[in-house]
Amino acid sequence: MTDAAANSPVTAMPPKQRSMWGDVWRSYRRHPGAMAGTAVFLLILLAVVFGPYIHTVDPGKLDIRAKNITMSLDHPMGTDNLGRDMLAQVLAGGRTSLAVGITAMLLSMLVGAAVGILAGYFRRIDGALMRVTDLFLALPLLPLLLVITMLFRDTLRAAIGPESGIFVLIVFIIGITSWMNTARIVRGEVLTLKEREFVLAARSIGTRNHRILTRHILPNVLSPIMVSATLGIANAIITESALSFLGLGFPSDFPTWGRLLFDGANFMTLTPSRVIWPGLAISLTVLSVNFMGDGLRDALDPRIRGR
Amino acid sequence: MLDAATESAPLVRIQGLSKHFPIHAGLIRRQVGVISAVDRLTFDIRRGETLGLVGESGCGKSTAGRTILRLYEATEGAIIFDGTDIAGLSGEQLRRMRPRMQMIFQDPQACLNPRMTVGQIIAEPLDEHGSLSRADKRARVEELLDAVGMNKGFANRYPHEFSGGQRQRIGIARALALDPDFIVCDEPIAALDVSIQAQVVNLLEDLQERLGLTYLFISHDLSMVRHIADRVAVMYLGKMAELASRDALYHEPLHPYTRALLSAVPVADPKIEATRKRVILQGDVPSPANPPKGCRFCTRCPIAVDKCQWEVPEWREARPGHFVACHLAE
Repeated sequence: MTDAAANSPVTAMPPKQRSMWGDVWRSYRRHPGAMAGTAVFLLILLAVVFGPYIHTVDPGKLDIRAKNITMSLDHPMGTDNLGRDMLAQVLAGGRTSLAVGITAMLLSMLVGAAVGILAGYFRRIDGALMRVTDLFLALPLLPLLLVITMLFRDTLRAAIGPESGIFVLIVFIIGITSWMNTARIVRGEVLTLKEREFVLAARSIGTRNHRILTRHILPNVLSPIMVSATLGIANAIITESALSFLGLGFPSDFPTWGRLLFDGANFMTLTPSRVIWPGLAISLTVLSVNFMGDGLRDALDPRIRGR
Repeated sequence: MLDAATESAPLVRIQGLSKHFPIHAGLIRRQVGVISAVDRLTFDIRRGETLGLVGESGCGKSTAGRTILRLYEATEGAIIFDGTDIAGLSGEQLRRMRPRMQMIFQDPQACLNPRMTVGQIIAEPLDEHGSLSRADKRARVEELLDAVGMNKGFANRYPHEFSGGQRQRIGIARALALDPDFIVCDEPIAALDVSIQAQVVNLLEDLQERLGLTYLFISHDLSMVRHIADRVAVMYLGKMAELASRDALYHEPLHPYTRALLSAVPVADPKIEATRKRVILQGDVPSPANPPKGCRFCTRCPIAVDKCQWEVPEWREARPGHFVACHLAE
C-alpha cells in the first residue's frame, strides 16, 4: 500500500525543501477536532483577556442588596451571596486559572520530560533519577503542601509582592508534584527507542549524545509528552482549586475558577448558576486543550499526517 | 597510487576480539556470570574484498559486526582499522574514525527515524562531519539517491512512504554519504523478499566495484553469501569455526559444523534433492552463558571424540588461507 504512493511519478516536486512546521500546520488545520478545540480555547482566552474591559464591573465590589440574583441584564451570570458579579469573577478568575494551568503544566512537562529522557538514555543516572521519582510519588501531597506554604509563602510575598508571590508558589507546588507520571512514561518510551536501529545508526555515524537526544529521541517521545501535557493543564487547574479551597492557594478575595466552584457549591440549590458557569469554563478549557493536543500529536507524526 | 605493501595489508585486522555481556541477578543485581556472545575472534578483512560471515541465529554474528564498529565496547582484543587500533580509542578520536566505517542494518523499517525526511536522514552524516553549505548538502543527497537508484524528488518524503527495498536503499545511501572504506552489512537482505534481495545485492556489488568498498557481509543465507562473498567465515556460539576462500569452503569444508550447514542448503533440482544426504544435527545450541568446556560444537558434533570435550581447539591455518578450529580437521 505504501508502494503505490512511493512509486507514483513525482511530477511537481517543490523546488524548496518542505519545512516540517509547514507540514504540521497544514495537517493541524485539517483536523476538525483540533480546529474546534483551538477556536473554543481562543474564545476563552480572548474573553478572559479582553472581557474585563467590556464588562467593566469590579469583581470584588460588594452589593449586598443585589445578592443571590439569577441571570439578569445587569448581572449576566447572576451574583453570589455577597452580591459580587459572577461574570466579572469568572473573567478575572479565568486569567489566574489559565495562567496557573499553563505555566504549571509547562514546568511539569519540562521536569518530567527531562528526567524521563535522561533516566531512559543514560544508564548511569537511571537508578538515581527513578528513585527520586519514586520518592516524589510516595510523598504525601497535603502535608507537603502545608509545609511548603508555611515555609515560603511569606518570604515570597515579601520578595515579589503578594499576588505574584503566591502565583509563583502555586505554580511551583503544582509543577513539582505532577511531573512523575510523565517522567515514567517518557523513560519507558526512551528505553525502547534507544535500542532501535536508527539510534544505533546515528551512533555509528558519530552523532553526539545531545544530538541523538534532540534529533532522534525527543521527536519520537513527543506523543506521550503531548498527551500528558493536555491532561496536565486540566490537572493543574483542578489542583489549584483544591489548594484554594484548603486556604493554601490564593487569598479568598482573589477569584479563580476552582475557588468560585467551591464557594458556590454550598449555594447550589439557591443559585445553580454559581457552579454552572465556572464548571463550564473549566470543562470547556480542558476539553478544548485535549482536542488541541490530539490534533497536534497527529500532526507531528508523519505516519498519520498524510491521512 | 598505492604501493604494494599497503595494497596487500588488510584493511581491518581483528585480533582476539571478545564481547561478553554481564548477567545480573538477585536482589542487589550482582553480576553472576557472563554471556560470551563473541569469544576471541581473529581474522583479517582485506582491502576491497567481501568477507561473508555466516552462522545460525544467536551465534554472535551481529554482535561481532557491531563490536567491530565500536557500537559495543569490546571486552578484550584489538580492532586494527587501517593501522589504528580503534578498540582503545574514545571520544573525539573515535568520532573522527567513524566516517570511514559504516553499517547497513537488517531491518530497513527500524533503521530510519520515522520523524525525519529521507533527505534529513541521508544528510545526517553530512551534518555531523564536514561543513557543507545547504546547497552542497542538497546536491550530495541527490547524488546519493541517484547512486542507489532512487528518484531525487524522494528527499522530501518520509520513510513510511517507501517499500522495504526502497528503505534499504535509503539506508545504503546514508552509509555511503561520507565515502567510507568499510561497510558492515548486518543481514541487509534478511527482511526483504526474494526479488528485492537480488536488487539490493546487485546494488551492493555495483557500489563496491565503483567505490572500492570493503564489506563484512553478515548473513545466514548461504546461497547469497556464496554469490557475493570472496571469503567466508563461519561462526558457532560466539566462536569462529572456519574461514576460507569461498570456493574452498563450499567445495571442501573442514569443520563438521560447516559441513552440516552446507548440507542444509537445498538444491534446485528435485532429482539431486531427493538423493542428497543431509547432516542432521541433534539437540539445541547450548546456552552462551554456559558454553561447553572444550570445543563449543562438541555437544552436537557427529564426529566428536573425547579430546573435544575438554580441550579448546586451536584456531589454525590447516591449508594456506584456510583456517579452522577443529581437532579432527587434517
